[in-house]
Amino acid sequence: MHQTPLILPRGDLGRLLALLKRRGYRLIGPTVQQGAIVYDRIESDTDLPIGWTDHQEPGRYRLERRSDQAVFGYAVGPHSYKKVFHVPEERLWSVRRGRNGVELTSTAPEAPALALIGARGCDLAAIAIQDRILEQGAHADPRYVARRRDVFVVAVNCAQAGQTCFCASMGTGPKARSAFELALTEMLDAPHRFLVEIGSAKGAALANELELEPATSEDVSLAESIVARTANSMGRTLVTTGIRDLLVDNPEHPRWDDVAARCLACTNCTMVCPTCFCSTIEDTSDLESETAERSRRWDSCFTLDFSYLHGGSVRSSTRARYRQWLTHKLATWYDQFGSSGCVGCGRCITWCPVGIDLTEEVAAIRG
Amino acid sequence: MTVQAAPDPMLPEFLPVDRLVRETHDTFTLSFDTRGRGGFAFTPGQFNMLYAFGVGEVPISISGDPARSGELVHTIRAVGAVTRALERAKKGTSVGVRGPFGTSWPVEQYSGRDIVLIAGGIGLAPLKPVIHQVLKRRREFGRLAVVYGTRTPGDILFKKQLEQWATRRDVELAISVDRGDPGWRGHTGVVTTLLGRVSFDASNAVACLCGPEVMMRFAARELEKLGLPNERIFLSLERNMKCALAHCGRCQLGGTLICRDGAVYRRDRVLRLMATKEL
Amino acid sequence: MQTQTLERALATHPFLADLGQEHLHFLTSCVKNARFERDAYLMHEGEPAVSLFLIREGRVALESQVPGRGSVQVETLESGAVLGWSALFPPHYWHLDGRAVEPVLAFELDGECLRKKIEGDKEFGYAITRRLLHVVHRRLERARLQQLDVYKAELQ
Repeated sequence: MHQTPLILPRGDLGRLLALLKRRGYRLIGPTVQQGAIVYDRIESDTDLPIGWTDHQEPGRYRLERRSDQAVFGYAVGPHSYKKVFHVPEERLWSVRRGRNGVELTSTAPEAPALALIGARGCDLAAIAIQDRILEQGAHADPRYVARRRDVFVVAVNCAQAGQTCFCASMGTGPKARSAFELALTEMLDAPHRFLVEIGSAKGAALANELELEPATSEDVSLAESIVARTANSMGRTLVTTGIRDLLVDNPEHPRWDDVAARCLACTNCTMVCPTCFCSTIEDTSDLESETAERSRRWDSCFTLDFSYLHGGSVRSSTRARYRQWLTHKLATWYDQFGSSGCVGCGRCITWCPVGIDLTEEVAAIRG
Repeated sequence: MTVQAAPDPMLPEFLPVDRLVRETHDTFTLSFDTRGRGGFAFTPGQFNMLYAFGVGEVPISISGDPARSGELVHTIRAVGAVTRALERAKKGTSVGVRGPFGTSWPVEQYSGRDIVLIAGGIGLAPLKPVIHQVLKRRREFGRLAVVYGTRTPGDILFKKQLEQWATRRDVELAISVDRGDPGWRGHTGVVTTLLGRVSFDASNAVACLCGPEVMMRFAARELEKLGLPNERIFLSLERNMKCALAHCGRCQLGGTLICRDGAVYRRDRVLRLMATKEL
Repeated sequence: MQTQTLERALATHPFLADLGQEHLHFLTSCVKNARFERDAYLMHEGEPAVSLFLIREGRVALESQVPGRGSVQVETLESGAVLGWSALFPPHYWHLDGRAVEPVLAFELDGECLRKKIEGDKEFGYAITRRLLHVVHRRLERARLQQLDVYKAELQ
């Protein structure tokens, strides 16, 4: 949308959230829990990690207090939005042996209207990637579709780069590019305020209700320079030139043995990755076999079971499983879904207990 | 609890079993009467996800004649919990059906050509619909050779149907077993030895292979030696499958999702995938 | 059968394809026609291996008697196949039974005669041995695939 950017004073952030609640949205935002910044239900701006920042390294994550009161002064934590859209576990249907044969009842999904507060460019790109698989493929997942239907995105353009992220390499940030209603760039230098970009009619309507002042050209320049500074100070880079062929053509590269010696196949990377979508289907029944149900649950290609076929696993070695994950994420995802599967959020690097860094692995394979 | 308004491809349709016919000691054919629902359209090579109440779901190729619209037929080998549960079905048992899924043997592309079908073990089931289809439109195609290998004479599927086809002059049927028994007077040896003994013009023929992956690799190499290019060799590949909707990610093989882009593939497109260990 | 007709007939067998005229002629003194009725045995396990057979028509089943399992059929050989190499290599005993499951017409080459010729004429010996090696190569490939037992049910 080509509406001029507006200014949201820090003091009005609470009002923005309140208005969203009044419109019936459930707020999902970053909040401090158990030593990490996670995405959870929040009620007001005081629930946000004000004055907190994160320090991330391969295999390390800790929170630190900031010297200022920045509301969004950190990168991403272990959660991503797949927990609210492609939920970790849900029942699909149940069946009962009735007098008239088998009675099938579909389970309606819980699909509240959600407002994503503080969504980063990488995470929004990840949502779009999952949309392509679960909503826009040959078959749509109606539960996913229902949860995606009524969403209000208040994005945030990152004002500081995380130590493990590389969104600039993947073209997904630090500026939020995918669909959003409003995008905020936090400007701390007094007065503490946010530059607000309008991304949709819904966003414009809310901004109208807030009666925000237009931004000055200085505000706009400052916001741009903040984002540019972030883009130039990324913790990592991933060269994506020819990466699809690079990985597809090197299934026997010795680096796979190298990383296999370190990888624990613990599945952390797949759990924290915002685009990993693999799941399993479970069919269960009661003891009398009178009722049965089917549910879907997140799964990981790092488990032995995942590639089970004819009495054994196709990918029985850790080497084969790591190769599968990385090749899929960065290369064969293009063949399957027309884009990269990686958004450069760096979570897999941070949350790997042995600190495997996929940007380093790719560089080693490139040689 | 309410029923979904939007179509839910995860919901099975429950159909009552019409007939269960034993083929061999571990393989059986399950038929559904589909006249009540206006038939069940499918193309040769496609599969359904069959659900045994409370036990689970498995992908099973449709093995019936596509032209017989009032029935839906699957031939199943009992090797696990779900297939063994299906084996206990009787007339009237409700079985969940989702489908059809997957790609088909591109029979329309075979017009005017000699066709060689190479089946190994249970692999004859997904190819059987092709035989029905070709025989129904016989003049559209050149020679038809069906080469079928299985473990022992006791494992031969569709005995009556094969006997019937063997009497026809417009199809050449060659059967081999890996291990013969005293009463067996047919060919004993691997199925690839039959390829030199059936007639087809390698310069224009197409081949469809279905069976254990190792057998398909050996047979395809044999066809290569006989002069068939990979663009005219089609195979059916298999991997772990759960959703059949391209949502769960389990059936991927390199850059392809078997439930969506397969199971039928042209050999030149999957050569490297089949040659890579633990892919 | 007259030598000339025999020679011409021999030349049509795939095993001897492209064998020189001279070598074909050389071979005829070792060859005779053999006919086996249905269920007749060409060879019995343990008996002296005296002949090499070139199958022209019919089907021979190679079998082994396994106590408790009876007669187990390992492989069948049809027209174009070669059977009985044990005739060429010590200790010259058959290691399998060979039964005609369909009536068989074959060229029967005397083992001792053939061995003498192979040793005596190096060129001839090479021509025959090279062909045998090719047959063995193909047979080994098939035996390996057979051993993989690909149709065995993988119980889950």
